[in-house]
Parts: sequence; C-alpha cells; structure tokens
Amino acid sequence: MSTDPNIPALELKNLRFCWPGTAGFALQIPALRLMPRQHLFIRGASGSGKTTLLNLLSGIQALPEGEVFIAGERLQPQSAARRDFIRAEKVGVVFQQLNLIPYLSIVDNVRLAGAFTAKAMPTTARIEYLLTALGLSQNLWYGLANQLSVGQQQRVAIARALALQPTLLIADEPTSALDADNRDSFMRLLLAEATAANTTVIFVSHDRQLAEYFSWQLDMAQLALGVQPLAAGGPAVSTSLATNPDLQANPIEEPSAC
Amino acid sequence: MLVKLARLSLWHRKGTVMLTLCSLVISIGLLLGIDHIRLEAKQSFTSTVAGTDLIVGARSGQLNLLLYTVFRIGNATNNISYQHYQQISQHRAVAWTIPLALGDSHKGFRVLGTNPDYFKFFKYGAQQPLVFADGQPFAEVYQTVLGAEVAKKLAYKLGDQIILSHGVGVVSFSEHRGQPFTVVGILAATGTPVDQSVHVSLQGIEAIHQGWQNGMPSRRLQPSSLDAAKLAALQPTQITGFMLGLKSKAATFALQRQINEFKAEPLTAILPGAALAEMWQMLSFVENMLLVVTALVLVATLVGLTTTLLAAMNERQRELAILRALGARPWQLFWLIELEVLLTTLLAIGLAMLKLTAVLFVLKPWLSSNYGLVISVIPWHEHTVLLLSLLLGFALLLGAIPAYLAYRQSLSQGLMVRI
Repeated sequence: MSTDPNIPALELKNLRFCWPGTAGFALQIPALRLMPRQHLFIRGASGSGKTTLLNLLSGIQALPEGEVFIAGERLQPQSAARRDFIRAEKVGVVFQQLNLIPYLSIVDNVRLAGAFTAKAMPTTARIEYLLTALGLSQNLWYGLANQLSVGQQQRVAIARALALQPTLLIADEPTSALDADNRDSFMRLLLAEATAANTTVIFVSHDRQLAEYFSWQLDMAQLALGVQPLAAGGPAVSTSLATNPDLQANPIEEPSAC
Repeated sequence: MLVKLARLSLWHRKGTVMLTLCSLVISIGLLLGIDHIRLEAKQSFTSTVAGTDLIVGARSGQLNLLLYTVFRIGNATNNISYQHYQQISQHRAVAWTIPLALGDSHKGFRVLGTNPDYFKFFKYGAQQPLVFADGQPFAEVYQTVLGAEVAKKLAYKLGDQIILSHGVGVVSFSEHRGQPFTVVGILAATGTPVDQSVHVSLQGIEAIHQGWQNGMPSRRLQPSSLDAAKLAALQPTQITGFMLGLKSKAATFALQRQINEFKAEPLTAILPGAALAEMWQMLSFVENMLLVVTALVLVATLVGLTTTLLAAMNERQRELAILRALGARPWQLFWLIELEVLLTTLLAIGLAMLKLTAVLFVLKPWLSSNYGLVISVIPWHEHTVLLLSLLLGFALLLGAIPAYLAYRQSLSQGLMVRI
C-alpha cells in the first residue's frame, strides 16, 4: 500500500472513554500521533485499559468522545458499518494467542484477511511469500491450523495481519504464550515484515523486555498525559523519554464527570 | 466465503452435527412420510370407484350404502327388487348398470354377485377398467372370478373349485357345499376392495340359495337337484344394490331425485364422489393427529439443533472475535450461524428424501398386499415445496436465537475474549 509519509498513520484527538454506569474516565488520551512505519511499544499493567484502547483504535468499540483517524481517514466517530469496513481494509490485528480459525487451512486463514473487504483477496503468491518469509515450511500450508505449535500459529497470525499491507498493525501481547527463543524470532519477523509492508505497528504488552525491539515506547500513564512519540525528522522521542514522563507532556484538564 | 466458513465449521464439529443431522433426518423423514402416505391413501381411497355416477340401494344413509357397496364393509339394511332394478336401468338417461348382490363369503372374502357388465363398465383410479391377469369373465352359473388378493392369499389358480359360505364371517356354519364354483378368471391387482372380492353371477347367487327359507337350507328342496335347464332359467328376484353410469352427467341430480322419490320401493341414490369425500373427512382426524405428532417431533428436533448451536457458542467466542477483527460485521456473523442452520437443514431434507424413497421402495409390496394401498415411491407432491419451505423458515427462525447471540456478543465483546 502506498503511504504518504506526511499523513499520520494514526491520529488520536481528545479521546475519552468510560464504561457505561461508572464514574470517571476509564481512559483518556489528549493526543497521539504515529507517522507511517513507526513502531510503537505501549506498556501497561493488567487493567490499565490496554485492550479497551485497542478496541477503540480498531473501531470495534464506538468512541463516545474524541476522534481517531487512520491514514487521514476518520475512523471514530463513524457508523459501525463504516468502522468495520475501515478496519477490514486498513487494520491488521494479532491477538495474544488462538488467532486462527481452527477448521481452516493455514492458507485459508491468511486468505480470510480479504474476506470482509472490498479490496482484492490476497493473492496466493503474496500468501506464499509471507508464509515463507515467516519460516513456515510448505508442508504445513494446507494442513489445519489447529495442528500447529503456538509459535507457528502466531507467525500465521502475522501473515494474515499483513496480507493486505494494512496501514496499521495492532498486536495485543502476541508473545505471551511463547518461550524466550520463540519470542525473539517472532519479534524480529513481525517487525521485519511490518517494515517490508510499510505498516505502522502498535504493540501492547506488560513485558518490559520487549521494549528493546522498538525505537518508540510509551506506557499507559504517559499516554494519558499526552506524551508523543515523535516522528523521524523531529527530535526522536525514544527510550529515554519513557523515563521522563514530563517531557513533551501537555497538561490535561481535570477529568469531568463521565 | 461465509458459505465456506459455515461448511467447514460444521465439518469441524462433525460429531455433534452428525447426531443432530440424524435426528433431523428421522423427523423430517417422518413428516414427509406421513404426509405422503396420507395423500396417497386419500388418492387410493377416493379412486376406489370412478366413472360411476350413482350408487343405488335400499333406503339408508349414504355412508352405509357406500361402505357396503364399494368397500364391502357392513351389511345392507334391505334388498331391492330385481324388477325395480331393471325398471331403472331402462331409464333413458342411463347408459349402463352393474347389479350388486352381497351376503355370502368365501374364507372371509366377500362374494359379489353381479353380471358380466361389471368387468366391462366398472372403473377405478384414473378411469382404469378391470384387467384379467388370467382367464376370463364367468359365463356359466357355477363359475367365479377372483380378485388378485383372494387368489394370492388362498393360492388359487384357474380350474380350482371353491365352496361359498352363507353370511360374511371367516367361520361359517352353513356352507353351500353342494355347489362348488370353478375359478375361470383372476383379476389383476387394483389396490381397491375389488382385489378382496369373489365374483360370481347373479344366477350363481340365486342357485345356491334355491330352497333356502329364512336364511336356512330347507330339507324339501336340495339345490343340487336343479338340472341344467332349470339353472339356465334362473332369474334373481332381489339384489343388494347397483351402480349406474349416465349418458350425460347433466342428468345426475335429476335422476338421483327420481330414484330417491321412487314410489314402488324406498331407494337411496348417492353420488360416490361426494360420499367418498364425506367419509374421508371422518377419517382425516387420524391423519391430522399423526401430522400434529410429527410436527411436534420436528419442533423438538429443531430445538435440539438450536441447543447444539447455543452450546457451541461459548467455545466459538474466539472464532467470532477473530472474524470481527478481520472486519466482519455483526450481521455477517448472524448470517454465518444461520447459514450453518440452513446447510444442516437442507442436508437433512435431502437425506430424509433419500431415506424415505428407499423405505417406500422396500415397503411398497407389503403395503400393497396387506392394505391394498398402492403408493408411489417418490414422496413429492405439489405442496411439498411449501411444507419444506415452512420447515426451513422455522429452522431459520429458531437458528436466529444463537445467531442473535453471536451478533450481540460480537457487538459487545470486542476483540478480547475473557476466559
């Protein structure tokens, strides 16, 4: 997918979200902007709203307040059908585990990426290229997904998330079920293929050790303060920033009643 | 893609799906089977007699008259005189008549006294005439023509001699021993009561009752003492009833009224079609009950299908979340579940049809020989499409419950599945 390097891959404005019936905002982010090909690591403890954030960024959950743009196109607020459409076209998602439909073959699982879009289905050549690049041997391709090891399943999930060269890849703790060796090769493959597909990555995890794979990182608290991972060209906001939450921070207003 | 997903998803859960499918096939088979046999029985029933415009007997109810003349069930309240029969058969509107004399039997099969016109004019089903499987109509007094079922069950062949009994029970205490009848013809099977009848001439009936008084043989005059000349001169004095065909259908009601108002003797004339329809109405409550029971079985099965799907919804949360993440809309997930219901039901219908056809094929000879029910093997009628559409619609309606759950879940749960 051709991406305009000057249009942010992801832009959040004044995001505020609260669960119905609860007081106070569960999540509020004044602003977040990710340029194309940026790979951002977001760290947060369990219950810090990571999954809610991902649901809002992928348009699965409606955003009551604020705006989300993907490659310049408004995702939130938008009708549910429109959000589903944009997600199918522009967002790839990788879960913690069990990413695959167990009764489909590997190739069909990857092909499923195009099932709900207006775009052309990913070609067999593209699928085979991705599977090869991700180190899945050819004799597995037409076998059922539930015969793979967890590590192999996660690699198929990357292939599916990147099959249509989406603008944004959202990964929700995809390494949590992998051992150290597998995790390392998984991270390298994920980021290499995302780079090759010009895809921007948001990677969410509670595991600090994974931060080393990313040039940009934030934790949930910094997000709430509006700390920005700056794009290449500007002063790089990198690992050092994470230790200094006040830098680049915008003061935020007092949270009003939800 | 949705169809492929539904198909493979069903295949993935083939154990439970197979069980559901089995019960669906059984109950759909039952439904179609009962419906089919009901219609075929009705068809067979209403085609017991065809082409006859009026049936005439002594004054009684129309069902009684129909039962004893056509179905050989029950007895006439009274006989009618042969002379009046001849008088009516001379009527200018009448094309043909078939006299019927009942009251005797052979080993439980009714004996019908008639004349050779019976084999010429009697029609059943779609205006089919009687056909001889073997032999020919009777020409002499002590000759008989057997229905297909009689010949088959009692293993009679041409040339065999049989003894008739007075009365209609299987065991009779007064047999017409002196006068055996020779089998000269055997009729082909018709699927009507004709198959269960023993046909003799009116003269034959008269001959075996010569010298009888008050339903008992008299000692004075033994029938065997009749010589050939006397036999030939025998004329019946009474018959039980008769069928008649008209030259023009337009005269039906006029003639019916004339016969009903016949001065010399109290008679009743009925329209066989109307009487048959009225009788079927009386019998139809049985078929309706059967249909209701089957419909309930079917509902139970469909509820079972829904339950199976509902039970699977929990383990499919993950699957639905993945599809949502890939951009599937909630209504697409709704249709995915409905498609599974549709595929299962369609498959079940197909299999049920095949099963039913096979069963009918196997049962056909048995039904025909034991119940005189001639049915077609293909369970397809005009309204079968409607019936099956209703069935599908109902399945989809029940399937909408798990489908709606999938829809709701996919709206509220988002990408995460909480375990």
